[in-house]
Amino acid sequence: MGKNIVELTGVNKIYGTNHVVKDLTLTVEEGEFLTLLGSSGCGKTTTLRMIAGFEEPTTGSIKVEGEAIEDKEPYERDVNTVFQSYALFPHKTIYDNIAYGLKMKKVPKKEIAERVKEMMELVQLEGFEKRYPNQLSGGQKQRVAIARALINRPKVLLLDEPLGALDLKLRKQMQLELKRLQKKLNITFIYVTHDQEEALTMSDRIAIMHDGVMDQIATPTEIYEHPATKFVATFIGETNIFEGMAKIVDGDTITIGIENGDITGCGADFAAGEFITVSVRPEKMKYSYEPVEGFTIAARIVDYIYVGNIVKCVAELPNKTQVKIERLAGEEVPAIGDVVCLYWNKEDAVLIHNLDNRFYQAVENAVFA
Amino acid sequence: MTKHRFKSKTLPAISMVGPVTIWLLVFVAAPLVYVFIMSFCGLDEFYNVSYHFTLNNYKRLADSNYVDIYLHSLIIALTTTVVCILLAYPFAYIIARTKSRKKNLLYMLVIIPFWTNSLIRIYGWRSLLGTNGWINTFLMNLHLISEPIDFLYKQGTTIFGMVYCLFPFMVLPLYTAIEKLDGSLLEASADLGAKGPKTFFNVILPLTSGGIFSGSIMVFIPCLGYFFVADILGGGNSDVIGNLVERQFQSGNNWPLGAALSIILILVTLILVKIYQKLGGDMDSLGV
Repeated sequence: MGKNIVELTGVNKIYGTNHVVKDLTLTVEEGEFLTLLGSSGCGKTTTLRMIAGFEEPTTGSIKVEGEAIEDKEPYERDVNTVFQSYALFPHKTIYDNIAYGLKMKKVPKKEIAERVKEMMELVQLEGFEKRYPNQLSGGQKQRVAIARALINRPKVLLLDEPLGALDLKLRKQMQLELKRLQKKLNITFIYVTHDQEEALTMSDRIAIMHDGVMDQIATPTEIYEHPATKFVATFIGETNIFEGMAKIVDGDTITIGIENGDITGCGADFAAGEFITVSVRPEKMKYSYEPVEGFTIAARIVDYIYVGNIVKCVAELPNKTQVKIERLAGEEVPAIGDVVCLYWNKEDAVLIHNLDNRFYQAVENAVFA
Repeated sequence: MTKHRFKSKTLPAISMVGPVTIWLLVFVAAPLVYVFIMSFCGLDEFYNVSYHFTLNNYKRLADSNYVDIYLHSLIIALTTTVVCILLAYPFAYIIARTKSRKKNLLYMLVIIPFWTNSLIRIYGWRSLLGTNGWINTFLMNLHLISEPIDFLYKQGTTIFGMVYCLFPFMVLPLYTAIEKLDGSLLEASADLGAKGPKTFFNVILPLTSGGIFSGSIMVFIPCLGYFFVADILGGGNSDVIGNLVERQFQSGNNWPLGAALSIILILVTLILVKIYQKLGGDMDSLGV
């Protein structure tokens, strides 16, 4: 790790009137496993395809090892792609599929044979050389697709939802295997997925994209515990969102007035009067039958959801907003019908500047009109 | 219970298959059988068909004059097929890979000529290409040429007419094959270091070979029988097997010989289709 291998600077992609990737700047370090995570249509695949060379950025630059590649054809780039549909050549044997890249580069036959053998061992497909892709299972095809890309010793391997077509069990197994391969070969992986669990399990860093904008790039822990935007907070894991206005700023302790009362959180760089989104994970939620300092939200417990090892309690605020409280099975939980005071350790709340709040805009317009 | 279901299922089956079977028997099987029988018949002194068994017709067909024409028509059919592939492949590729609205327009350009009888269209070409035809008149008036060019009655003109008539039959299967091609395979090929031509020969061509083959069958076989093209544009200088058949039934008035020729033509067709099937060709894409 250390030096930057892929650098995207101010990359935009516009199809007609559709602005798919907006001013994206991203650096990937050598040997890193970076995941581009987002729901469908967020621009993550387009970003990957621009790095691979299948799409040209409308503006901006893409560098691999410091060299600008945005004008290069895919076959001139030292990156390889594992496609979502595998894209194995149906008329070629597994051997010929894997050897394809080396044949195109006119590598001597003997070396090709050795390297294919090595690759087949690496992905545990020995003995499948003479088969055709349609004679393999989904998981095996996936391995072939990975071997076919890795044999070229790319500087960066791009993976476009490679496990999307596999069943859950196989997917979990392949996740670990991919991670193992990546560590063993020390190749930079850029991985596209919409599956947050997959991203959290495998990645060194996750870049979360939303509507063509990269909301946050950070380690999985950082993303989960300190989401930078409301979208990230709701997209990764479950959370409770409260929106309100900062009433009192006392050092880094901020009291925020929401529709149903007051809550407290911790954060620097907030001013009184500012609109704030507060995200609190269900497992961090606390309840009390006594008033708690800094919190004046009461809620009635309306439901239980039992999910094996955990229990989710649903509490309802007076304005019908539902709040989830999560506990391990066996831990003490309030009874349905109880009215409790909700609170949390103020460090456990994530405070986010509420910039995209239309209400905030409306207030601002009203005040300054 | 099962008996009841059986009954209610068979009755409609017969009522649906029955008419088709009768239709096929009357309009396809019976004429074929009749042609087959006639090919073993002779002629009486008044050139009427006399129904006695003879192999004379087939013996005559082994005559070197006939064999020359078979070979000649195979060459015409083969050339036509090759020219069609070379012209239709890029055309089909462009239509299949175009994403714009022009796609439908291009597709219609192939289909529209189908709406006019090909005989009429071939006559049209004759009036264009003739010594006093439009093209010669035009070139003469521009003083580009002093003598009219002899377009007609050459083998090349016959092949031109064949290509013109049969071109759509090559485009359509190629179009289907190319459109089915998964775009990500082309991307994968480029990703793995193959430039355009390499991708074409390693991926595109092998994966569309089925289309090329079914197109070839659909051009090659009719080409052997399109006597009117050879007649009108070739003027008897470049006959195909179809001309021989037509002549025996018309001016030659030797139906049994014509029947034997037809049987030969059918056999050639069947052999080609069988080869096509053996190579893994899809019968559906032949439209049969």
